[in-house]
Amino acid sequence: MNKDFRKVLAFPYIIWMAGFTIIPLSLIFIYGLTDKSGSFTFANVLAIFAGEHFKALILSISLSVVSTVICLIMAFPLALTLKSKKLDKGSLIVFIFILPMWMNFLLRTLAWLSLLEKNGIINTILHFLHLPGLNIINTPAAIILGMVYNYLPFMVLPIYNVLEKIDDNTINAARDLGANTMQTFTKVIMPLSIPGIVSGVTMVFVPALTTFVISNILGGSKVLLIGNVIEQEFTKGSNWNLGSGLSLIMMIFILISMAFIAKYDKDGEGISV
Amino acid sequence: MKKKFISTMTVMSMLFVAVLSGCGKSDAGAKAGSAGELYVYNWGEYIDESIIDEFQKETGIKVVYDMFETNEDMYSVIEAGGVVYDAVCPSDYMIEKMIKNDMLAEIDFNNVPNVKNIDSKYMEMSKAFDPENKYSVPYTWGTVGILYNTSMVKDDITSWGDLWNTKYQGNILMQDSVRDAFMVGEKLLGYSINTTDKSELEKVKDKLIEQKPLVQAYVVDQVRDKMIGGEAAIGVIYSGEMLYVQNEVKKAGGDFELKYVIPKEGTNVWIDSWVIPKNAKNKENAEKWIDFLNRPEIAKKNFEYITYPTPNKAAYDLLDKDLQNNTALFPTDDMLKNSEVYKYIGDEGDNLYNELWKEVKGN
Repeated sequence: MNKDFRKVLAFPYIIWMAGFTIIPLSLIFIYGLTDKSGSFTFANVLAIFAGEHFKALILSISLSVVSTVICLIMAFPLALTLKSKKLDKGSLIVFIFILPMWMNFLLRTLAWLSLLEKNGIINTILHFLHLPGLNIINTPAAIILGMVYNYLPFMVLPIYNVLEKIDDNTINAARDLGANTMQTFTKVIMPLSIPGIVSGVTMVFVPALTTFVISNILGGSKVLLIGNVIEQEFTKGSNWNLGSGLSLIMMIFILISMAFIAKYDKDGEGISV
Repeated sequence: MKKKFISTMTVMSMLFVAVLSGCGKSDAGAKAGSAGELYVYNWGEYIDESIIDEFQKETGIKVVYDMFETNEDMYSVIEAGGVVYDAVCPSDYMIEKMIKNDMLAEIDFNNVPNVKNIDSKYMEMSKAFDPENKYSVPYTWGTVGILYNTSMVKDDITSWGDLWNTKYQGNILMQDSVRDAFMVGEKLLGYSINTTDKSELEKVKDKLIEQKPLVQAYVVDQVRDKMIGGEAAIGVIYSGEMLYVQNEVKKAGGDFELKYVIPKEGTNVWIDSWVIPKNAKNKENAEKWIDFLNRPEIAKKNFEYITYPTPNKAAYDLLDKDLQNNTALFPTDDMLKNSEVYKYIGDEGDNLYNELWKEVKGN
């Protein structure tokens, strides 16, 4: 294939990227850095330090950190189990695990609403068994649950991916050389799975940080996250400038995450799911 | 503002699909399209859809029917101009905003003879936002009130203040929309629902923050489902939803009743009216559409489906006595004496409300 032909093949993607990535992104920059009359200002970006916005950001960060940690704690053992299974058995479990992801994200979150409601399915069962009810709907706890449920696969798959690539001989070699199970884990498996962990953490943390749907549905709109603030500016406040300015702040977090991936996952192992 | 069970996201994705495919829903009648097209933009589930078919069959006009969820969503779509609509159905204050921004065309009432069926009372009320009755024809109207579950609430509910009663902690539903939420506090404190006075609004904000621990959730459409399911004891709702929720409870054989009251402090009286945007391409068809909807039997049929009170006197006269005398639905003038229509409060007013609302939510 000659080079010119390759360029032609790349053309659709370039148009796609220009139309749906570069132009929208530039628009966000333009909106974010101007006021309603169109003159340049940093006010929309600095607005993140205004009381309610900053509070929402801190709350978003805390909830996303908690969710990410929970996801990690749940995902790592699962990924290890998957690795230890025979290939086809393991992939069946992976298949079952990602099956719910084929259903719409919104529907899955709404399902949690009917599960957790005061007269919802879980509470009905608990009452039937004369157990105390579960009252976490419309609280940050319900939001964390929603985040963990929705984003857990994004943690499992990258970790599973890197773990699977660790040659069994590497582990056997460690054992031959006298390492016990713990040492094998901390000195061999852990360091080798860092790229997957970093990708997983990023892929959970970033969407959790910016979500507004989960907090609206499971938080009863009582918990204001930074995603809700931005959404409100666009849809209700029709202040696109402020909304864009705050989105730029979110972009900083995304860039930091990407920098981490670039540093620890040089070969893109974790994200090649 | 007033529409039935469709969540924001669903509508947004539907809208997205509609924009992508470049067409809305359209059941072409036998000769549809022969007399041109009509682009209609209305609230979700805010019409008996068989009426659209009837209109198409009779006139041969092909109707492209799209839906929106909030006045604000509708406004940004019209403003962006990607799709040009011929007939749109916004609420009072939004119509005022559109008139101020020169976005509406004057309706030629010679083409809408059935406007005579509208009770003059509502044309009078419309003057709050359309001072000369030039741009809008009322479609539905109603109040915002309190809906409560008679088995969970033993007292008689009469006041907005009942939404601050600690007895109902965790069982109160508030509207998740700035103006409606603030309206409750404003009426309770005796202010106008159109106030832009900062010190008054600060007090309303404090009042709403004080209420927040008692509130189960801030919701829009879900009020209906949550009240039907007995999830909450008391909630803020539009009068047009009342018949629907009461019927659903009956159907489900619930052991409680849902009662609707207009609080004594007064409330927001709203009107949703048909308007024609200035850039409409099929203005005459839009007028035919508005005229069609105002035929007594069509308006009656539509009312029976959407259950939002009709301002159409001729249709009202066709209704059963029970419905006519249902004062929760068609309140007497005396019940509305403290009530107001929303007015457009300007960009600055909007911003102020939004800022304070964020503080309520973030607290």
